[in-house]
Amino acid sequence: MSRSALKGLPSDSKALLHTVGLVKMYQADGVSVEAVRGVDIDVGIGEFVAIMGPSGSGKSTLLHVLGGLEKASRGEIWLRGQRVDKLSTAAWALLRRRHVGFMFQFFNLLSNMTVADNVELPALLAGASPKQARKRREELLAELGLSDKASAAPARLSGGEQQRVALARALANEPSLLLADEPTGNLDSSNTRDVLRLLQRTHASGQAILLVTHDARVASMADRVINLFDGMVADDAPMLRIPRPVPSVRDVLELHG
Amino acid sequence: MRQHLLALLAKESAHGYELKSALEQIFGEAYPSPNIGQIYVTLKRLEQDGLVRSEDVEQANRPNKKVYELTQAGREALRAWVEEPGEGPRVRDEFFVKLILAPMAGLAGRLELINLQRRHYLGIMRNLAGLQAAADRAAAAGREDVPARLLIEGAILHLQADLDWLERCQEELL
Repeated sequence: MSRSALKGLPSDSKALLHTVGLVKMYQADGVSVEAVRGVDIDVGIGEFVAIMGPSGSGKSTLLHVLGGLEKASRGEIWLRGQRVDKLSTAAWALLRRRHVGFMFQFFNLLSNMTVADNVELPALLAGASPKQARKRREELLAELGLSDKASAAPARLSGGEQQRVALARALANEPSLLLADEPTGNLDSSNTRDVLRLLQRTHASGQAILLVTHDARVASMADRVINLFDGMVADDAPMLRIPRPVPSVRDVLELHG
Repeated sequence: MRQHLLALLAKESAHGYELKSALEQIFGEAYPSPNIGQIYVTLKRLEQDGLVRSEDVEQANRPNKKVYELTQAGREALRAWVEEPGEGPRVRDEFFVKLILAPMAGLAGRLELINLQRRHYLGIMRNLAGLQAAADRAAAAGREDVPARLLIEGAILHLQADLDWLERCQEELL
């Protein structure tokens, strides 16, 4: 069946998120610059997809457009079989609140609220009871080693702590899709592992993840890795499973040697 | 392995089996399994080169065992090894040459080669991340193996640098 024959129908039912010829242009000094130049991607239900690529390749822009934070210039975005790029801002916000969690590269925590309130807010907005919201918040902060920071103001936290709070907030609603921009960008090795474990559990519970990362450890956990280059998809391939029946530390020297 | 055995003998004289046990105890899983035969062969060569000398020690009801000790020449060789900086990281020569030459020969495109290499590195990274998670679990259960943990972390950092460099190749060559 040709693509035109599918027009107007919900896209492939297995696809949670799906784009067709997505373009994002900016105007800079009267010149238009294409940051995203015709991207077709799919994220299946429960699938974990990582986007890698050099700085300036359009990764963050793509994620922002997919999250509805910026409007697409051309092309289509389908979420759960529904075309969303033509929705009103309010309608899309409502859909996002229920189905999409977004973790920004620069956190965007609300500075006049405590850490606990920041994490509980999305669940409350989506209609959870205060009790449910509190329970979920407590679980998430505990998993990220932040229980003792619940009543702190975000400004009192380190960059790495704010980043983990932002992840907890994005997961508060148990979204069917988590969008995350460099989720380990500001973390040391040990905090990175806390975040890796949480991402793994999120994936294992059937939630889909689409994230942008430079960190190969994060990308290596994905089911599929997309390489974005000059605003276009340069590679889109399932994660390679290198056979190693009994992986052990003793193999490390040979693995890398 | 020559220098490793010299370093152990600098502390105290020992026989082959004690050296094997010492390596295992110090490095935990991080040392590629020291094989006892290999240790005996290395000791024999070190003796031929005058870096160690051995003495037969009688044992009750068992064959004599050879106890090795460091010679002055051995001590000097060890000092030279310790004082010399370790080798720098190796650039992926084979891949780099392939990346430059294969497109010229019309055999494969650069994008194709870079994609293939990235997928391979990420596959290795997945295994390393699994080892790191296992090491973390072992540490949490009170079975911390610091040299093994550091070795895994070193391999991860090297691999990340290889991937970053691949990205630079992509930026410059495509």
